[in-house]
Amino acid sequence: MSARHPGVLVARRFLRRPIAVVGLAVIVLFVAGAVFAPLVAPYDPVATSWSAIRKAPSWAHWMGTDENGRDVLSRVIYGARASMLAGVISVMIAAGIGVPAGVLSGFAGGWTDALLSRVTDAILACPSLILAIALAAFLGPNLTNAMIAIGVSTAPRFMRVARAATLEVASLDYIDAARTVGTTPFRVAVRHILPNIVPPVLVQGTLAIAAAIIAEASLSFLGLGQQPPDPSWGSMLNAAHRFLSQAPWLAVFPGLAIFLCVLSFNLVGDGLRDALDPRAQ
Amino acid sequence: MKSNIVGRIAQIVPTMLLVSVLVFCLQQLMPGDPAMVLAGEERGDPRVLAQIRAELWLDRSLPLQYFHWIGNVLHGDLGFSWHIRQPVAALVMQKLPVTLQLGGMAFLIAVAIGVPSGIVAAVYRNRFWDYVANAVGLAGLSTPNFWLGIMMILLFSVNLGWLPPSGFVPLQEDWHQSLATTIMPAFVLGNAIAAVLMRHTRSAMLSALDQDYIRTARAKGLSNWHVLTRHALRNALMPVVTLGALELGALLSGAVLTEQVFSIPGFGKMTVDAVFNRDFPVVQGVVLVTAFLFVMLNLAADLLYVVINPRLRRS
Repeated sequence: MSARHPGVLVARRFLRRPIAVVGLAVIVLFVAGAVFAPLVAPYDPVATSWSAIRKAPSWAHWMGTDENGRDVLSRVIYGARASMLAGVISVMIAAGIGVPAGVLSGFAGGWTDALLSRVTDAILACPSLILAIALAAFLGPNLTNAMIAIGVSTAPRFMRVARAATLEVASLDYIDAARTVGTTPFRVAVRHILPNIVPPVLVQGTLAIAAAIIAEASLSFLGLGQQPPDPSWGSMLNAAHRFLSQAPWLAVFPGLAIFLCVLSFNLVGDGLRDALDPRAQ
Repeated sequence: MKSNIVGRIAQIVPTMLLVSVLVFCLQQLMPGDPAMVLAGEERGDPRVLAQIRAELWLDRSLPLQYFHWIGNVLHGDLGFSWHIRQPVAALVMQKLPVTLQLGGMAFLIAVAIGVPSGIVAAVYRNRFWDYVANAVGLAGLSTPNFWLGIMMILLFSVNLGWLPPSGFVPLQEDWHQSLATTIMPAFVLGNAIAAVLMRHTRSAMLSALDQDYIRTARAKGLSNWHVLTRHALRNALMPVVTLGALELGALLSGAVLTEQVFSIPGFGKMTVDAVFNRDFPVVQGVVLVTAFLFVMLNLAADLLYVVINPRLRRS
């Protein structure tokens, strides 16, 4: 890849922002922790111990133990799996629905655009968490349904971003040129428009992962996401809420993990946006 | 201008119609037969099941069911709670004032923190206070409000004993107690919105401060305070008004979690209770009412935008 390749230039601009690089490093740490959880976690996250119930942080248990004697650090490490999975999968669902719909809406125009835009308005009119709660409630409470619920309720945002970017790209000369030489509309959309709307969709995707991690934690906190005994940061906070005066550490560490993870995705999203569009700073 | 306003109001009709289709479709996602859920102990009796299906129109085609349901909704009938055995509309009217009081306070807190800090950040661009405001704003956006609520209970209720950890007292009953019970949840709810308002106020102020009319005002010898408040802020606040209305949707979402953390008997807590009691008419009613409120608030923001922007009034 040459040094003047757009990807290399964006990477260089991104790497010039130390705060965004720190965010990326923290995300890599969380992902590594989630993937290698069995190697990193000091204890089995679901193993209960009668003699270790609600023990404060110590050398044996760095983040203390919970109401069933389980090691909080191990549960925080394993909990990253649910959060990362929910963040990535629900954003993939949202982008999978929203981006094709946005490209179709922006490229086809007319009635297709009007209809898809009204459907988007209707979904956006329902506050996203309330819609996600309703969907998770009707589908049944588990992590998979929570991811579907978050993905569906986030899809209109991708649709809006993809539509706006498509309208901008579709007005450029090379699209007219492609049409003039007889390229089919489908091929124009897939080969010429889609690759050129990647930057705004990528920024939206990064910021949406942050929002999806909070949404998953919120649904799990309400009991509509990951089900016990499998650990998730949201469900750990739900349990911690009941033991605030006896075991405050139960509430501190899972919340800090959510905060750090979401903050890192927000920093990377901001950094990517600045790197992809330096004029927007 | 009148035609613009009429056009904007007319746009609400198809949006709400599609929202109603969406809400109706939610029921179709429900696994199993609603009649079996409602029949309870008598679920083995085919006559009881047939009677329930006939009463709820479940034995008709889906389009007929939809038209029957939307006809009732238009007459103010949102259905009947399966669990509490009360009309959903009455339950909503009972719980909504609690959430509106909480939401109103949260919005005031968000504006009181978000707008001034956005102005300070813009005025001191790329200096210490700008960095502080940006860092606090980003932290506010990244903090899950239910965790912030738990941390505040830990600090102000468990450790310091200053505020009650849960409960709710209506404002008209005892304003002092009411403030004591709602100040923490309102701050928690307003926190993320304050962060969003701060970011947008900063960006709108930076854009306004870069305009020629600001340079002219300064060249005329007007004081910095006068330039900021009378010229820059008035123009910068316009997009913030629209954004404020959009954030009210986030406020309704946030209320679900905040009311759960602080055990406030409002709209949000009713939603979560309905979900766990599989009280689907209530869940449907909540989604429909929040969407309606959101659409109306957006309309109000658009109209307010016209009122405060003289250029739009003249167009």
